[in-house]
Amino acid sequence: MRFRLRRRWWLSDSPITAEQHGPELRHHFATVEQQRDAASLGMWLFLATEIMFFGGMFCAYLIYRMWYFNEFAAGSRSLNLKWGTINTIVLICSSLTVALGVRAAQMGKRKLLVILLVLTIVFGFAFLGIKGIEWYDKYKEHHIPGASFNADDIVQDYPQIHIDQRHEQIYFSLYFAMTGLHALHMIIGVGIFAFLLYYAWKGRYTPGYYTPIELGGLYWHFVDIVWIYLFPLLYLIDRKPLR
Amino acid sequence: MSEHILSSKLYYGIWITLMVLTVVTAWVATIDLGPFNTVIALLIASSKALLVILFFMHVKYSSEKLTKMVIIASIFWLLILLSLSLTDYGTRYIPHG
Repeated sequence: MRFRLRRRWWLSDSPITAEQHGPELRHHFATVEQQRDAASLGMWLFLATEIMFFGGMFCAYLIYRMWYFNEFAAGSRSLNLKWGTINTIVLICSSLTVALGVRAAQMGKRKLLVILLVLTIVFGFAFLGIKGIEWYDKYKEHHIPGASFNADDIVQDYPQIHIDQRHEQIYFSLYFAMTGLHALHMIIGVGIFAFLLYYAWKGRYTPGYYTPIELGGLYWHFVDIVWIYLFPLLYLIDRKPLR
Repeated sequence: MSEHILSSKLYYGIWITLMVLTVVTAWVATIDLGPFNTVIALLIASSKALLVILFFMHVKYSSEKLTKMVIIASIFWLLILLSLSLTDYGTRYIPHG
């Protein structure tokens, strides 16, 4: 192995020799910083496609909210504000553990990194569990769009406003599509973090090489930002006291 | 991304700010401010997102300008999608019932 490295150094045009850098630096990058920046840029390009992916749904949401505002406001009121706020706080806490986890990886604190990754996964499951409770409540209330959809309870709450049940279904379709897509991203995120946890536990990540932690963190924070917008748009359309 | 390590105090500060903003946005929504309810909710959400991007995602300390360009470009592109769609659908006949 040693012989092969030396042979390559003699044959290579690269100003960087095998002896001058650690094993974390791939030979086609000049420096570790350049390698990290390239990985980060690639992740941000992926996140740009994710912004457009969610953007289509936000666009549909905006158009229907503009057209059927009464139904959207009434549907928003039927969501559980307490669970929504708690879930927002759970996600913000998970973002903190991710940010501190990246910091632990930068400083080479393996034990702390493992603990923070476990905490992140716990917060992720807590979010999904609360989301499951909310969805189950909606299922019991017949608020899931489809043949058994029934929003008579919502209509009765607003005797002075005309509420069309078909338009109410559009609100709940968007609610389930947007929170469902977000939950799918959360499930994928928990999977990614389980993978990161396994290798962090085995000690793969060092201050010289923690790119997977950083990129997994970028993904997690992005999913958090999507929820930061979903929370006011879905839960807080109209929470004013009824006159 | 850079090898610059931020202090944990900064992360805790951002975390507390995000928590406070979450409680504030849920509370402000219960006060009748007319159309400003939506404006305030979106302003708070955007400032929370900005804090996460700048500090948790290390964009403020990124040495790579290309990363910032990708972020600004994708937000700009999203705004094109939303604004042009709304100029179309917003000026059509509004179906009632």
